[in-house]
Amino acid sequence: MIKFFLMVNKQGQTRLSKYYEHVDINKRTLLETEVIKSCLSRSNEQCSFIEYKDFKLIYRQYAALFIVVGVNDTENEMAIYEFIHNFVEVLDEYFSRVSELDVSFFNTVFHGTWQMHSGPYQTRSCSVTQAGVQRCDHGSLHPGSPGLK
Amino acid sequence: MLNRKGRRWGADACVVGFSGGGVGAEFGDPLRERMVVPSLKLQDLIEEIRGAKTQAQEREVIQKECAHIRASFRDGDPVHRHRQLAKLLYVHMLGYPAHFGQMECLKLIASSRFTDKRVGYLGAMLLLDERHDAHLLITNSIKNDLSQGIQPVQGLALCTLSTMGSAEMCRDLAPEVEKLLLQPSPYVRKKAILTAVHMIRKVPELSSVFLPPCAQLLHERHHGILLGTITLITELCERSPAALRHFRKVVPQLVHILRTLVTMGYSTEHSISGVSDPFLQVQILRLLRILGRNHEESSETMNDLLAQVATNTDTSRNAGNAVLFETVLTIMDIRSAAGLRVLAVNILGRFLLNSDRNIRYVALTSLLRLVQSDHSAVQRHRPTVVECLRETDASLSRRALELSLALVNSSNVRAMMQELQAFLESCPPDLRADCASGILLAAERFAPTKRWHIDTILHVLTTAGTHVRDDAVANLTQLIGGAQELHAYSVRRLYNALAEDISQQPLVQVAAWCIGEYGDLLLAGNCEEIEPLQVDEEEVLALLEKVLQSHMSLPATRGYALTALMKLSTRLCGDNKAAILEKMPLVERDGPQADEEAKESKEAAQLSEAAPVPTEPQASQLLDLLDLLDGASGDVQHPPPLDPSPGGALIHLLDLPCVPPPPAPIPDLKVFEREGVQLNLSFIRPPENPALLLITVTATNFSEGDVTHFICQAAVPKSLQLQLQAPSGNTVPARGGLPITQLFRILNPNKAPLRLKLRLTYDHFHQSVQEIFEVNNLPVESWQ
Repeated sequence: MIKFFLMVNKQGQTRLSKYYEHVDINKRTLLETEVIKSCLSRSNEQCSFIEYKDFKLIYRQYAALFIVVGVNDTENEMAIYEFIHNFVEVLDEYFSRVSELDVSFFNTVFHGTWQMHSGPYQTRSCSVTQAGVQRCDHGSLHPGSPGLK
Repeated sequence: MLNRKGRRWGADACVVGFSGGGVGAEFGDPLRERMVVPSLKLQDLIEEIRGAKTQAQEREVIQKECAHIRASFRDGDPVHRHRQLAKLLYVHMLGYPAHFGQMECLKLIASSRFTDKRVGYLGAMLLLDERHDAHLLITNSIKNDLSQGIQPVQGLALCTLSTMGSAEMCRDLAPEVEKLLLQPSPYVRKKAILTAVHMIRKVPELSSVFLPPCAQLLHERHHGILLGTITLITELCERSPAALRHFRKVVPQLVHILRTLVTMGYSTEHSISGVSDPFLQVQILRLLRILGRNHEESSETMNDLLAQVATNTDTSRNAGNAVLFETVLTIMDIRSAAGLRVLAVNILGRFLLNSDRNIRYVALTSLLRLVQSDHSAVQRHRPTVVECLRETDASLSRRALELSLALVNSSNVRAMMQELQAFLESCPPDLRADCASGILLAAERFAPTKRWHIDTILHVLTTAGTHVRDDAVANLTQLIGGAQELHAYSVRRLYNALAEDISQQPLVQVAAWCIGEYGDLLLAGNCEEIEPLQVDEEEVLALLEKVLQSHMSLPATRGYALTALMKLSTRLCGDNKAAILEKMPLVERDGPQADEEAKESKEAAQLSEAAPVPTEPQASQLLDLLDLLDGASGDVQHPPPLDPSPGGALIHLLDLPCVPPPPAPIPDLKVFEREGVQLNLSFIRPPENPALLLITVTATNFSEGDVTHFICQAAVPKSLQLQLQAPSGNTVPARGGLPITQLFRILNPNKAPLRLKLRLTYDHFHQSVQEIFEVNNLPVESWQ
């Protein structure tokens, strides 16, 4: 089960955070800094799974942005690893070459993409296609998007 | 209240009149119309925050904006409410409090515009949770939205419900969700299924509501719905054995779905790197695992399919490996055919050789799970596992260590131990303790010879002595004691190790014990197994004394060293140099023994805890030795009761006084009494050092209340030197409980008159007491 999903940049600034279990707001910043510290301290040759307290962290680095998913030990780590990439590919389609800037500015869109897989269960069937992008649109902030009302 | 341009806001009456929002409010007051300032867009706010150079600046920007947002909420402006809330959510994500937006979420959800609803639901997901009562207020809105039939709105509502729905909400809304499960549109059905999963987690009784539709949903072809259904069934099965039995019937259908997926040609819509919908495959495999566990029939149905998936999946990319990994896990968990299990282990072995570290990690984890049931199969991959020990990656080396320890058996123990010991020397500190205890355990179970065993333990103690568990010392001493033929060897090796390094406490303890026990063998000097070394009594004694004096030694270690000295006093009878004899004023029957006592009594006097003479029966009985061990190592603060034994050569020890009698005993002095708490001083002038005065301060308590946090400090005139040793404790229990003793050492080379000022602080009868006084009536013999 996915416990949390974070996008944090190398300087430790959180670009996106989604918690599936309630975590106090002051504990969140602490958690995020610790997580990014453990990810940054690893080199490229090391594996992408870190054991942190009672979670497992699965992380992937895209340029200056780290996407970190915290899971408990019933999850298939490699499937989550694939899922992270799937997520990024959907965003890429939507924004055409997504960058960290897009993440900062359109984070509410990103929250909209959660509707693709509501809840802590990863249910994304891997539509890295227009299907996924369309769903993004439903969640976007831009008024007058197609398919509304 | 000032707005951003510094103009004074309207009178309070205006604000009060328009709080609570409502469509008509914004057109009411002309005063207010003039004052309305366009609020920041979300983009602009983000720009501003990014422009802040320091944390303090950012906080300032955010606080200012939050004040505006709060004001805007108070005024109830419905047009821009969604924008304000969006900004608030952004700020919340950065870690700032945003609880005042909760009510706004409700208003936005209740609005009829989609833009409002969207932000409102998003806010509800992020800000509301079941610990606040406010969350129940959206139940009605959700109910309305669910029955409205507008798909995006239904989607939003379902999303929110599945994220933060509490038990009450779930119970109320279950009928609506059930209706949506069978709707034609896949977009809504998918979400409804996931909401059902969440509901079951919150309210397990709802399983009965959601169980019937599952069978029908499995026939769908839409991947999203399938995936959701499988998740739902998995959840149902995990929660109730009855559901598990019910769903065993669908195993053939699941097998069919998975087979279609695997054999289907390349389909762009759902494939990742050539693997069709790996997420769905993984989920089906997981469900099959749950259904096939401990069930012969289901397992048989799955066997062929699993073999097919295992052999046909393309493993050049991560997606394929993920599926393969899940397959292996399933094979291991169900009652699979033997051939299939071998296949699984081989796949894992192949993973281990893969250059991708992620794959090696999952392989090591799974092999660890397998090692209990398929030990011989995993053994074949032992060399590769040992290779992984050399990894620099902390996650990998930890897994490799656990697996290596599990793989040690009697045939490979020597080779494995070598590897593990090499690893112990270089491993990161957090793994040391596990590694050391693992090695010791394995050595205990599989040691081929005693000598090898002792060597191994010795090596561990020298390399990682501080990380071993407490019982390692006792185990080693028992082992050495039992290996008669190895006494000489052990004592020689331990002596050498101790001579090099006295900081590793367990090693020092064992070495001290050994030297005490077998000192005669050490001094005899010949041992076939290592090169002969001439060891003098003096060297041995000097070493033990060094241990006693060292600040690194724990009290337990000192106890061991003391015991060793005492044992040596009975076992050594070589000739001594005249200098040693000179120190002793009284020469009783046997010179050397008395000499040892004088030495050891000096040590005893110098230590704050006075260990009396624990007598021991003559050597060989192991049990007695162990008793002594427990007594000496256990608690030096509270010495074990004396056991006078009529044993042979030891009576003279009992006859000899423990402390050589002082020239004339100085009487004790009672210096303080208050409410049953007494302080006594007793004086000792050691004859070999006339300038030294040892004062033992004893605090006793005859009252009805305990004395706690007792601290005694002292001062003497400048010409004297005072040294306070640590007290034996700082609590004196009531009614004559164990007193506190503390030793003062006063050096008075000029024989100046002794004056002593004492300061006591303690808690008694729930009051803190402080007393400062000078000790009168100090006996003249204490300083003359």
